[in-house]
Amino acid sequence: MRKRSSFSKAVFIGTIVFLSLPLLVLVLYSFNESKSGSWTGFSLRWYVKLFTDSPQLWRAFGNSVIVALSSALVATMIGTLGAVAVNWYKFRLRKYLRTITFLPMILPEIIIGVSLLVFFSGIGLKLSLFTVFVAHVSFNLPFVFLLVLARLEEFDFSIIEAARDLGASETQTLLKVILPISMPGIISGFLTAVTLSLEDFVITFFVTGPGATTLPLYVYSAIRFGVSPVINALSVVMILGTVALTWSTRNFLKYIAAK
Amino acid sequence: MQIALSVKNVTKRFGDFVAVDDVSLSVEDGKFFSILGPSGCGKTTLLRMIAGFYEQSGGTIELRGQDMTDVEPNKRPVNLVFQNLALFPMMNVYENIAFGLRRRGEKSPAIAKKVNGLLERVGLPGAGKKTIDQLSGGQRQRIAIARCLVLDPTVLLLDEPLGALDAKLREHMKVELKKLQAQVGTTFVYITHDQSEAMVMSDAVAVMNAGRFEQIGTPQELYHNPASSFVAQFVGNNNKLRAVMHKDERGGFFARYGNGMDFKVDGAFDLSGGDAYDLFVRPESLVINPVEAKQELNVMPAAVKAILFDGGNSRLLVTPDGFADELVVALPQTKQFDHIRAGDRVRIGWDASKSVCFKRADWKIYDDE
Ligand SMILES: Nc1ncnc2c1ncn2[C@@H]1O[C@H](COP(=O)(O)OP(=O)(O)OP(=O)(O)O)[C@@H](O)[C@H]1O
Ligand SMILES: [Mg+2]
Repeated sequence: MRKRSSFSKAVFIGTIVFLSLPLLVLVLYSFNESKSGSWTGFSLRWYVKLFTDSPQLWRAFGNSVIVALSSALVATMIGTLGAVAVNWYKFRLRKYLRTITFLPMILPEIIIGVSLLVFFSGIGLKLSLFTVFVAHVSFNLPFVFLLVLARLEEFDFSIIEAARDLGASETQTLLKVILPISMPGIISGFLTAVTLSLEDFVITFFVTGPGATTLPLYVYSAIRFGVSPVINALSVVMILGTVALTWSTRNFLKYIAAK
Repeated sequence: MQIALSVKNVTKRFGDFVAVDDVSLSVEDGKFFSILGPSGCGKTTLLRMIAGFYEQSGGTIELRGQDMTDVEPNKRPVNLVFQNLALFPMMNVYENIAFGLRRRGEKSPAIAKKVNGLLERVGLPGAGKKTIDQLSGGQRQRIAIARCLVLDPTVLLLDEPLGALDAKLREHMKVELKKLQAQVGTTFVYITHDQSEAMVMSDAVAVMNAGRFEQIGTPQELYHNPASSFVAQFVGNNNKLRAVMHKDERGGFFARYGNGMDFKVDGAFDLSGGDAYDLFVRPESLVINPVEAKQELNVMPAAVKAILFDGGNSRLLVTPDGFADELVVALPQTKQFDHIRAGDRVRIGWDASKSVCFKRADWKIYDDE
């Protein structure tokens, strides 16, 4: 018994080390004085450079934020209404619809990227930040849809009928009953969409056009000319940002659930 | 008396399946009307048509004389207490009750007055701030009813609202509901598969089986003058004896049981010789060791199988000589029968006028149980 628990402890510690060692190295090197691989002393110069002298990086960051927020917003609106409709009108194709929405989640991203590219060039749409936005909406949609639907299915359909019975019109039922109960699903759908969109590389790579570089694309192209310590500094900032975001959303969701 | 609800020849088909079959009823203002029937007989379907969630395949539904056919559920002056209550989980008790009033656009002070008044009425004053999951089953029940009553509906529909409660609480809520209904004076249409609920609370009961109404009447009428074999068996306890009807030389009828024993029958039944009948005798119509030697009495010797003591509801289980069936006999707790033990021999008898009989039809439920 005792042995086993110390074994599992060892595995646990090993996993943590394995997962976080690269991150630690990254953090360390972001404070390195020199540009090369050897440690020459502590310095904040890469952070200064990151914040004062990296216009292209910030443009890419701006693109990423614009695409992430807008595509997440649109995907959340469409996905939520879709989930509500599927839950409300129990039509016969419901089962198939679920399977179809699963497809983009399990297909390799490269296939989605290629098919979107073929689609855009087929309809003669010029590749730009707009095509990136459209692509992100399309791959975010299933996540929002399924998260909201899962939330709605926790509730018995009869509360919707109860709302109607108590005098609510269809619109009032949507606004006063359906949306409030699906709110946790909507919020986690939105946040998932933002995250997926921010980090997407493969699909974006296929559908992006001139001047529409997103942050992952920029980082990739920067690294091709050797790892720049600026990227290390950026990574550290992003790690902090992600941790803060995750922590606050978790608390927010908890707060909503308790309400 | 004004008619609150009138249902005329209403039918509901799901594809080929007829869930409600040509049903008619009318309920006067302020009455407690029950629809009693076994599971799956179409009670919920009928109620949902009245509430507006299903469109009837035929017939009309009127509320205070107004045809409801094209009226949306949110515009009908009826409210439904759902089988699973369907309280809004994200709202507290106050908001649940206020929901309908807000949809009507009433002002906050008026809403507060009505909601608090109703909370008091259902015995939960000050519970407004509680969330739904802080309530017990019985309390949720009351909130679900309060949420509808606050809208002062023409008819309140209740779909087996006590089904989820434990036996003790159910007994209690039965009485509470009846009192509440008498207090507020709202017309109740209550559906249940529990005959005792229907009997205790209702002014009138409709007995439903396989989509049709078998009989509508007061609880007393259903109990004493059942219109069909199904009603005789579903309402109250009854002993069933399978017999074949015979005509005697003077044109009267008697029933012959399987063992060749003949029973006198008496009453206005639709009788014909040579057909199979079910004869029903209530436990309290069976007399132990009858003294008077009346002409109309069917008397037979029997062996006592068991004594089922249950206070005022005690029974004797007996097998008359030559019978395949056991009979349940009421055992009055008057000390007169205290000497009876299992295995004793007794005589039992019943007045021919106290039994009812119906030609055996191939009705589905409760046969050969
Ligand atoms: N939407 C529907 N589509 C098809 N058949 C249905 C539908 N709703 C009900 N039925 C059928 O109609 C019959 C009556 O159902 P209903 O729910 O009215 O019964 P009930 O008397 O309320 O039973 P219970 O006491 O179990 O609630 C059942 O056989 C059921 O399978
Ligand atoms: Mg039902």
